[in-house]
Amino acid sequence: MQYAQMHAQDNVVTALTEFVAGNTISSLDGRSVTVVENIPFGHKIALRAIESGDEIIKYGEVIGRARRHIAEGTLVHVHNVESLRGRGDLQ
Amino acid sequence: MTVQFRGYPRTSSPWKFGVRNHVVVLAAMDNVNGVVNKIASVVPNTIPLPIWYGRGQYGKDDEQTQRTIKGVITNPNVGGVVVVSLETQSASKLVDYAHSYGVPASAVVVQEAGNSLAAVAMGAQAAAELRIELSESERSPVNSWNGFVLGVECGGSDTTSGIAANPVMGWVADQIIDGGGTVILSETSEILGAEHVLAARAINENVAGDIIRIVAQIENEAKRRGVDIRGANPVPDNIKGGLTTIEEKSLGAIIKAGTRPVQGVLEYGQKATQPGLWIMDTPAPAAESLTGLAAGGTHVITFSTGQGNIAGFPTVPVIKVSAHPKTVERMKPNIDFDASAIITQDTTIEEVGRGLLAHLTRVANGLLTKAEVLNEGSWAISRIEPTV
Repeated sequence: MQYAQMHAQDNVVTALTEFVAGNTISSLDGRSVTVVENIPFGHKIALRAIESGDEIIKYGEVIGRARRHIAEGTLVHVHNVESLRGRGDLQ
Repeated sequence: MTVQFRGYPRTSSPWKFGVRNHVVVLAAMDNVNGVVNKIASVVPNTIPLPIWYGRGQYGKDDEQTQRTIKGVITNPNVGGVVVVSLETQSASKLVDYAHSYGVPASAVVVQEAGNSLAAVAMGAQAAAELRIELSESERSPVNSWNGFVLGVECGGSDTTSGIAANPVMGWVADQIIDGGGTVILSETSEILGAEHVLAARAINENVAGDIIRIVAQIENEAKRRGVDIRGANPVPDNIKGGLTTIEEKSLGAIIKAGTRPVQGVLEYGQKATQPGLWIMDTPAPAAESLTGLAAGGTHVITFSTGQGNIAGFPTVPVIKVSAHPKTVERMKPNIDFDASAIITQDTTIEEVGRGLLAHLTRVANGLLTKAEVLNEGSWAISRIEPTV
């Protein structure tokens, strides 16, 4: 498999090969998504635009929150996602 | 499903059999580590277990350490143990405990032997006698998973862990439990973010509450320290491999324990004497976590890795599983089972799972794991309070 969408509600897929701008992926709900930047193996791609503060959904569950706007087809990782748990730094 | 392997009979309940028959040379406290290492080098094919700390501990911290040492030396894979200590009391109580589980054991006390060299001679003699005694041990047929304890672990995880390797291990865990066996999941911080999923499968509200409680303790500790745990968990290699948050890691990690109901939560190093799926409260790093699992009585541990974690355990065969196509190639000397066909060939989880279950059965029967052969294992008992 080239990528994995774990659950129909997910707004990210996980790349299982390297992707470059122009590659396309299909979401489980039948949409075609164009990848707009290089995505390394094992990293996540946004299936649709995610607004700052919105939840990132994988496995049908919340895995974090967008720290800024994330465009469809771009890399989703620590630079634009924060965790909601174990945040001893927030008091 | 027919199970067929041969294990060493153990007369001591709850362990029906062991899949290894190790002679262990244990340090009850760290001031005799040199003696332990020397004994193990004098007598080949013995397993030295030098220890950190073990003296000046008290309260719950001491209870945890003693419980864990006791669990490790009476793990079903241990055929006999030489307990080395500086003074008598710490050695004799461990020897008495081993005897209560039918494990041959003797004490070597440096202050009684007179000096460290005399202790080495005494210990070497005891270890050699155990090696001879155990050389006639024979395996007997085991036809059911009832009485078998499987540990599940992950390390150096990346996104392939949750997508492929852990589902394969989870499929195997379900088969073991359905066959009457026991599975232990640990690494409490890797339940953080997924605790509601496991709590929903708890057999009653008390167990659900225990799951929530042990995870809340992790989060409260992060708040107490005023630090974001990202970096400590997930670790840098998880992040490099694509895992972004502890929630994402945990949701993928719990999959390795399968889908069956959660029977209860065990304390660190507590024996898992009942069948079904159990959760043990342990830290995430391998040495501490595997030590807890070994004390819990695991026969074999399946251990998934994405980026590559090489850790095994001295007395328990650890089967390293990876689904990352590059890792299974680069880390061939350390990876036992290649699950990457799920990613590269769209092979089903069940088909790969059957392969892992077959491999596990062979390991139970005596097939060595790479970590055993290369001695890639250390133990580490988790501390919860400082020494006095």
